[in-house]
Amino acid sequence: MTTVNIEIDGKKVEARNGLMLIEAADEVGIDIPRFCYHKKLSIAANCRMCLVEVEKAAKPLPACATPVTDGMKVFTRSPKAINAQKGVMAFLLINHPLDCPICDQGGECELQDVAVGRGGSEFKFYENKRIVVDKDIGPLISTDMTRCIHCTRCVRFGDEIAGIREIGSTGRGEHMEIGTYIAGSVTSEVSANVIDLCPVGALTSKPFRYRARAWELGSTSTIAGHDCLGSNVSVHTRDNEVLRVVPRDNDSVNESWISDRDRFSYEGANSGERLTKPMIKVDGEWQETDWNTALENASRGLQAVIDGAGSEQLGCLVSPNSTVEELYLAQKLMRGLGSHNIDHRLRQNDFSGQEGASPFPYLGLPLEELDQLDGGLLIGSNIRKDQPVAALRLRTASMNGAQFCLLNPVDYEFNFTVASSMIVAPSKMVASLASIAKSLFETAGSTPSGITADLINGATVGEASKTAADSLLAANKSAVILGNYASHHPQASTLRALADVIAEASNSTLGQLSDGCNSAGGWLSGAVPHRLAGTKKSSPIGLTAKTMLTEPRKGYLLVGIEPALDCAGGTAAENAIASADYTVALTAYRSESLDNSANVLLPITPLTETSGSIVNIEGRLQSFTGAVTPKGDSRPAWKVLRVLGNLFDVDGFDYFSSDEVTGEFQSLTSRIKPSSKATHKLSAEITISDGLQRISECAIYAGDAQVRRSSSLQQTYDAMSCFTVQLSKTTAEENGVVDCERLLIKQGELEIDIPMVINDRVADGTLLVYSGLPQTSGLAADFSPITITKA
Amino acid sequence: MNAIKHFFKTFFLWELVLGLKLTGKYLFARKITVQYPEEKTPQSHRFRGLHAQRRYANGEERCIACKLCEAVCPALAITIDLEERDDGSRRTTRYDIDLAKCIFCGFCEESCPVDAIVETRHFEYHGEVREDLLMTKEKLLALGDRLETEIAKDRASDAQYR
Repeated sequence: MTTVNIEIDGKKVEARNGLMLIEAADEVGIDIPRFCYHKKLSIAANCRMCLVEVEKAAKPLPACATPVTDGMKVFTRSPKAINAQKGVMAFLLINHPLDCPICDQGGECELQDVAVGRGGSEFKFYENKRIVVDKDIGPLISTDMTRCIHCTRCVRFGDEIAGIREIGSTGRGEHMEIGTYIAGSVTSEVSANVIDLCPVGALTSKPFRYRARAWELGSTSTIAGHDCLGSNVSVHTRDNEVLRVVPRDNDSVNESWISDRDRFSYEGANSGERLTKPMIKVDGEWQETDWNTALENASRGLQAVIDGAGSEQLGCLVSPNSTVEELYLAQKLMRGLGSHNIDHRLRQNDFSGQEGASPFPYLGLPLEELDQLDGGLLIGSNIRKDQPVAALRLRTASMNGAQFCLLNPVDYEFNFTVASSMIVAPSKMVASLASIAKSLFETAGSTPSGITADLINGATVGEASKTAADSLLAANKSAVILGNYASHHPQASTLRALADVIAEASNSTLGQLSDGCNSAGGWLSGAVPHRLAGTKKSSPIGLTAKTMLTEPRKGYLLVGIEPALDCAGGTAAENAIASADYTVALTAYRSESLDNSANVLLPITPLTETSGSIVNIEGRLQSFTGAVTPKGDSRPAWKVLRVLGNLFDVDGFDYFSSDEVTGEFQSLTSRIKPSSKATHKLSAEITISDGLQRISECAIYAGDAQVRRSSSLQQTYDAMSCFTVQLSKTTAEENGVVDCERLLIKQGELEIDIPMVINDRVADGTLLVYSGLPQTSGLAADFSPITITKA
Repeated sequence: MNAIKHFFKTFFLWELVLGLKLTGKYLFARKITVQYPEEKTPQSHRFRGLHAQRRYANGEERCIACKLCEAVCPALAITIDLEERDDGSRRTTRYDIDLAKCIFCGFCEESCPVDAIVETRHFEYHGEVREDLLMTKEKLLALGDRLETEIAKDRASDAQYR
């Protein structure tokens, strides 16, 4: 890369060719005021605030839109530059209201900051100020459009980063307004990033509205825990309460963005449903008690199960949103008690290939490289809702010409361009994937071998699978990525085996995305029944999450889960746990699901109140400290597990800090290199009926207990639209339910009654019934036959 | 010579005479002692006494919970909690001034963009327990209501210097 020599304010600067002046100045720490310029957005040069004097230029030039050239002499604070900046400031302030005292941006406002240095102190404008009507754009973003200075950062964010043009400008000059083109709310899953982008107080956070001032907030750097990316965030607190969450720049993980889920789920931590005292069930009634009594009850109850029925009658289900320390201690405790029945893969249905599986669910490439892909195949993934920030990276790649192909049960609306999509019923996903593989082998003129050979040979190549195969072959750098739905699929192992064949045949990397924030940590720390910490084989092999519930145990230890909503079995899972002799639940929330099934409730904390670590989908271990102290009598889960370990006299539970646990975990796992290499095994044969099938995707704002209690997120369009069953018009016609408002869905003896929406994006012959919701937990997530009738 | 002078001064108690002369002068001069509390010294309109919160003429409280006074207070005597009121306006739910901490510097009044918090001429107050010295929002508004005429007059007379 060539460089040019320029001089900014008398300072010699060597800048890369092609940089804009403002970027060169930023690199050497020279501050040029700006509003419309943002390092992650395109250059608009419409605010004119960054005017600087350039030698030999007749007029001041905007630094954000002036490329550096050799020998350039720039003055950012010469009288000419300052005069130009003051002039711009005067114009910006003409219509900006003087309401800083009631503006939430006050104290962290870019306009306020620049006005201190560049604003006039004299009031010269006596005409009427402009007033713009505020728009209601949903439950997350609050608007005060009179304050808008038309920098268009929000508009460009929608166009360029989020990929949906929801916010735009209408009118010109004095009449220019920013708003949604058609009245309505902003529904993007990353919409709230415009709050950080807005340099003034026009777009602010609705849940944070009038809660605190920027200067009185304490900030703690931590990691967001609601998807497998491990986005870096800062948690802002005041009076020991989390008041907001903002992104922290990390170009290798989340760049400057976070999803709305990561941003607003803190509300769940402040929810009134928080369990703040240990509780025990006495004669069917819940009683508050102290920690000693509760812990003694818990250990006595579980010990009775072990003594009476043996330790293999004990099962442990851990949330994949737990920290590494919690997962590690939970498995250490269980294995110390003689039981290998521990699992964090709660939504998974098929465990056939687990023994030869890769060390942990791995994306196949660093997150940063998602931007550089030329092509890819997404299998069973709603990446836009499941891992919103990763979808932004795919969008960057697709803007640079990448061709992505999909194999999904629903034609999700993605924010990147899709070259070809195969929308098939879940039961046909294996055959479709095999047809892509077959097409690849046909092109290469080779014959498939190995366990998937029969499947591939038996497949028929169609138009869509040929396009997908060709685009994978055409790409220099491509990836085959299995999404969350692929891992929940009843034939997940076969899908994975085929994906591996495809990846190898097309010279792509194989990767996957996972549930929760710490699935990778769960595998590495041994919170799986067949492996110890550090991927050593466990002997004997314990029961998987699914088996633990289909063959109910006599005793359960639940860490951070609500059985009916977090497990694949839904209500059936809850009933299995309720039928046990004794259940100890570590939970941050009181819930009906646990009230019915547990005997002891031990209050633990959400991620903002505990120290710990999370391993993200690329194998990056990120540690954090608690932002606030635990609420009430609740305690970090790792401490509770440690004390339980002590009560059971299990060796090696003498930790003083979570760092010691992290250290132990790291000593066992540091040698493990991220890899997708695996020995595959086909899924067990399952009977697939010809009738309707359920697509049981986890709803966007229902993935964990905390998100489910975040009131603002629950009011969003995305959350609301999940409370329905969605089916295509054809499916509705075939079943004679076109004009129904509600449907009665029956699955064997199970049935639910739920509002219906016609959505032609759903594959024919299927029903999209989201999981993670109390409304739908009555159904099973597998391929059992379904009938629908008008409710 | 000096020794003789000193001898006569000592002998005739000359210093005592000088002292008594001063005493005699003030014995007949006009008295400046004020018979507090029956009498009071004159006060400046800028006197910084007990705090009060003002209202607008329509009865609406002025304070908009901008928190500038809380931020500027050098003694950290002010505590504010706020919320969005049902009508959408920004209001305090709690506005406490701890008089035991307050140093009566007047910065809160200086910083207030809406002239809500003011220091009145009222300085004769006491507390029997600590809590009595905690001015709550209700107390501040009540005092403001009682002294509004005086407060408004004082602000008006100071306006020309601002």
